[in-house]
Amino acid sequence: MRTVDLIGSAVSNTFRSKTRTILTILAIFVGAFTLTLTSGLGTGINAFIDDTVTSIGASDVMTVTTTPEGATGVDATEPVEYNPDAIASGQPGPPGTTVVALTPEDLDTIAGIEGVTDVVPTRSIRPDYIQAGDGTKYVIGVGSLIAGQTIPLESGGEPDDDATEPQLVLPVAFVEPLGLGDPESAIGQTVTLAITDAERTQHLVDATVVGIAEEGLASPSGAAIVPNAALSDELFEAQSIGLPAEDVERYAQASVFFGPGFTDEDVQALKDRLSDAGYTGSTVSDQLGLFKTVIDGIVLVLNAFAIIALLAASFGIVNTLYMSVQERTREIGLMKAMGMGNGRVFSLFSLEAAFIGFLGSAIGVAVAMLAGSALSSALSTSILADLPGLTLIAFDPVSVAGIIIVVMLIAFLAGTLPAARAARADPVESLRYE
Amino acid sequence: MPIISVRDVRKSYGRGQNRFDALKGVSFDIREGESVAIIGKSGSGKSTLMHILALLDAPSSGTVELEGVDTSTLRGSRLNRTRNKTFGFVFQQFFLTGNSTVLENVILPLKIAGIGPSERRRRGHAALEQLELGDKAKNKAVDLSGGQKQRTVIARALVNNPRIILADEPTGNLDTATGAVVEDILFSLNRENGITLIVVTHDEELAARCDRRLFIRDGLLVEDSAAVAA
Repeated sequence: MRTVDLIGSAVSNTFRSKTRTILTILAIFVGAFTLTLTSGLGTGINAFIDDTVTSIGASDVMTVTTTPEGATGVDATEPVEYNPDAIASGQPGPPGTTVVALTPEDLDTIAGIEGVTDVVPTRSIRPDYIQAGDGTKYVIGVGSLIAGQTIPLESGGEPDDDATEPQLVLPVAFVEPLGLGDPESAIGQTVTLAITDAERTQHLVDATVVGIAEEGLASPSGAAIVPNAALSDELFEAQSIGLPAEDVERYAQASVFFGPGFTDEDVQALKDRLSDAGYTGSTVSDQLGLFKTVIDGIVLVLNAFAIIALLAASFGIVNTLYMSVQERTREIGLMKAMGMGNGRVFSLFSLEAAFIGFLGSAIGVAVAMLAGSALSSALSTSILADLPGLTLIAFDPVSVAGIIIVVMLIAFLAGTLPAARAARADPVESLRYE
Repeated sequence: MPIISVRDVRKSYGRGQNRFDALKGVSFDIREGESVAIIGKSGSGKSTLMHILALLDAPSSGTVELEGVDTSTLRGSRLNRTRNKTFGFVFQQFFLTGNSTVLENVILPLKIAGIGPSERRRRGHAALEQLELGDKAKNKAVDLSGGQKQRTVIARALVNNPRIILADEPTGNLDTATGAVVEDILFSLNRENGITLIVVTHDEELAARCDRRLFIRDGLLVEDSAAVAA
C-alpha cells in the first residue's frame, strides 16, 4: 500500500465511527487547549519582561560595583512619608552602609579592562523629601537615565538635559499625594526637593514637573524622580557641600558600556574579567533573570497539569482504537489475506491515532488562541490596566506548532498499543471472528 | 505443472491432551484452470485446508507448492505479494466495509498492491461492469441486496486478475435464485478467463457443477473424483 493511500485510509477510517472519534477528539482538545493557554501565559509574561528590559537599561550596559551584593533594593511601590528623624545615607561612606565606593582610580582600572568601551560613574543623589507647596512631605529617590533608556510617560515629556532650569519627571503614584491633581494638570507645576549636605544643612531646590512616568512592572524610575542635567547638578552640588574634594569623587556604582555586538558568552567573559579585578558587574537581564525563573517555574507547573490532561486523553485514544480494532477484526483479516503486511496494518492504526491527535490539538490550539486573545484584551482594559504593554497570553508560532507535534506524538504513542494488536492479529482467526 | 501441489499436509492445534488434528495428511494436485470443490461437513478440516491453500496458515508438516515454489520459503513482503497477486477471495459473509462505497470496496486489493488512483478506478469500474454493477459504484455497500453484495465481492476478487479464486460457501447466504446467478458468474469466470476456481462448500449441487470434487472427512481426503475417474 502506498503511504499516501495509507494516510488517506487512516483519515477516512477516523470518521467511520463519528461519535466515538468526536468524544476522543474532545478529550484531546481539553488538554491541547490548556497547554496552549498555559504556554501562551508564559510567552506573554516573558515577552512583557523582555520588553521592559529595554526600558530599564540598554543591552550593552552593565552596572559595576565593588561590593559582592547589588546596591539596589526593591523600590517602594507606595509613597513613604518623610520622617525628619530618619538618617539619610548620602554619599557612599557614611556609617551604616556597606557600599565600598568606586574611586577615580577604580574607574581607570575598569576602563582598562578588555571589552569595556566606556565607564560612566553613577552619582548618588539622596534627597530628603519632595513637597509641593505646603503639602505633605514624601520620601523619594533620584533615578537617572543612561543612553538607550526610555521612560514610559503618562503625560508630558522627558527631562531636557540642555535646559538651564531644573526639570524632573515624577512617578504617577506621587501626583495625587502631593496634591498636584491629575497627571495632566501636574505638568508645569513646581515641586520642592530638600537635600542635606555633609554639614547637616538642608537645602531646598525648586524644580518644574515636565513629565509624569507610568507605573510599570520595573520602570527605570520606580519611586524616584528623573531629573534633567541642571537639576541633577544642582542637587549634587548642594549635597556635596562640606565634603572633602576626594570624597566627592566617590561613586557607589558605575555604568560600564561594552560593544553592542556582545553575545551572552562575551558578557559572561567580561563579568569574569571584572570579577578578577575585584568588581561585580551585573546586567539588567541578570536582575530580571529571577523574575523569569519564577514565571517559568509557574508556567512549568501549569504545563504539567495540561500534560496530565493529555495523558488522560491518550487513554481515551487507546480505548477508542482498541474498540476500532475489535470492530474491524474481519476487515483487518481480509486486508492481511489480500497481502497487506503487518507493518502497514500497524501504520494504518497508528496514523489513525496521530490524526485524531492532530484534529484534537489543532482545534484545541485554535480555540485557545481565540479565547486567549479575547481574554488578554479584556483583562488589559480591566484588571491589568495598570500594567500597560502587558499581553497576558501571547502565542508564538514555534511553541504552538510544538504543542501540536507533541500532542500528535502522544496520540501516536497511545495508538501503538491497539495498532500492535491489529498487526499481530492472525488473518485466519480474524476472518473467523463473528 | 500443477498450479497447486499439496503433499501430506497435516495441521494440528493445541498440545498434549488438547491436541486437535484438523488435517491428518492430505495430498492432491490442482491444475491451472480447473474448478475444484472441497466438500466436507463442518469440523471436517475443509476450512483449515482452504486457509492453508490461501497461504493464510502454514501446515504443521507437509508441503504446499504454488507453481512449483514451496510456499514455506515465502516470507514477509514476498509472501504478501504472492497473496495479493495470486488469490481472489469470495466469502460467505461477504466481508464488505458497509460505510464505504462499492467502488472503494472493490479496489481494496489494488490499493494494497500499491496501484495508482486512476488505474485503480479504471480497473475497479471495469470489474463492476463485468458483474453488471456499474451503476452501483457510488452506492454504500451496506445498501446493497445480498446478491449485489456477493457480486461486489466477486468483483473485488477479480479486480487484481488473480490466478485462483477461493470461494468459501459463496452461495451460503443467498436464496436459490440469487445463488444460481452467483454460481453462473463464478463458473463463467472459470471457463472464459481460465481462472482456477476452488470452492469450499457442503452444498452437493454446487459441488456437482465443478470439474472435480475432493471430499474431506475427519482431516483426511476420503474421495477424489478425479482419482475415481482415472
